[in-house]
This record gives sequence, C-alpha cells and structure tokens, in this order.
Amino acid sequence: MPKRVELNIKVPSQTRYLALIGQIGESLAFSLNNYQGNRRELAYHLNLCLTEGLTNAICHGNNSDPDKDVHISISASDDDLVIRIYDQGPGFDISARRKTKAHPCDEGGRGINIILKLMDNVKYLQENGANVLEMTKTFH
Amino acid sequence: MQLKINEQEDNVIITVEEERMDAHNSGNLKERMLQLFDEGKYQLVIDLTAVRFIDSSGLGALVSGFKNASARDGSLKLCCLQPQVRSMFELTRLHRVFEIFSTLQEALDSQS
Repeated sequence: MPKRVELNIKVPSQTRYLALIGQIGESLAFSLNNYQGNRRELAYHLNLCLTEGLTNAICHGNNSDPDKDVHISISASDDDLVIRIYDQGPGFDISARRKTKAHPCDEGGRGINIILKLMDNVKYLQENGANVLEMTKTFH
Repeated sequence: MQLKINEQEDNVIITVEEERMDAHNSGNLKERMLQLFDEGKYQLVIDLTAVRFIDSSGLGALVSGFKNASARDGSLKLCCLQPQVRSMFELTRLHRVFEIFSTLQEALDSQS
C-alpha cells in the first residue's frame, strides 16, 4: 500500500448499500502492508464498524430518506485507519452511550457499543452543519 | 432474506440462507418468526451455517425471537455458528443468553 490511501464514497440512505461498504473495509484489511495482527479478524471488525456506523447514519441520522446521501471517508496507512461517516440528523450524545451498556435482552442499542469496543478512538462531532462519527484504529 | 423453513416433530428449523445478517435483511427473519408464533409454533431452531457476518441488527432479530419464544413457554436455539459469528455473541455477551449448539442434531436432541 502507498503511504496513505484516501477513499471518499457517497451512497443514498438505503440499507442495501451496507454490504458494499462493509466489503470495502474487509478488502482494506487485506491490503495493509505491515499489519502484524490477525487480518481475518481485522477484516471482520472493519466490516462490522462500517456497517454499524452506516446503519446509524442511514436509519437514525438521515431517517432512511433516500434523497439524503451518507458520505463515508476512509483514510488508511500502515499505521492507522480513520473512518468518518457523515449524517444530517439531530445527532446523539456519544458520551452518554459510553456509560450505558445494553442489557443482554435488549433488542437494540448494541451498534455504537460494538464500535466503542472494537475501535481505539471514537468521536461524534459536528462539522459544517453535519454530524461526523469518527472511528480510528491504530496498528502499532 | 432467504430462509428455509422445515418442521420436524414439534420443532421448526429456520435455515438462514444468507452470508450476511444486517439491518437490510434481519427484519425479514423477525417477521417470519412472529408469523410462526402466531401459528402456535414456539420451538425454533435457527441454523446459521451459511452466515459469515452478523451485526447488531441481526443479533437484535434473534433476541426478539428468543424473547417472544420464551414469553410463550417455547424456545429459540441456535446452531452451526461460524467462528466470527460466534465471536459476536461473545463480544455482546449474548452467548450467555442463547443456547448454542455445534450441530443441528444436537440442538434438536436438546429439545426433548
């Protein structure tokens, strides 16, 4: 892989695109030059975090409105990988979510907690009128 | 979502014929299970052999089925999980909630 790969993708707010975007994360995991860990596991985790982040943006952020796009940017190097997912919804308080754990029998509410467990740094910010879920995975 | 439904004595076996269970297709499984409950079928076994990827929406659909089966004195058991799928149950601690079997036969034998 060259020094840093930058991907910018826009998809309509429809869940049919989840598999496509998740697959990009899997492929990236196998493209990293110097990753020493379990690539199969990393591939699954990137697929999962992209899927969870995109589901949140589509279903909660953009209210599944296909006229609204979700913008995903992925920046990968041999040192780290940063995923940013932008939505146009009301946003949510991620610090509150850090403190709450889903009860094992709750049907929903696991997505953000899964991201918090698997990524090294997770932020949810406001930027130019949009919300941005930023997830960073460091490799060293 | 492609689902195959087979009945074997009191058990209904739902075979998920998809590689992915996510927010795009998991609602179908949830609805199909509710139909079965409406028909009075409360003993479900979900065969996940084909499933390579499951996210929180897929897990949520299974939890919904489990809760609905339990509320009717029935059961929902899982079998044939691929390792990455199994790891998702451990990550979310749902392996403590579900009965998970290595083979379909083991799941069926446990019903009696």
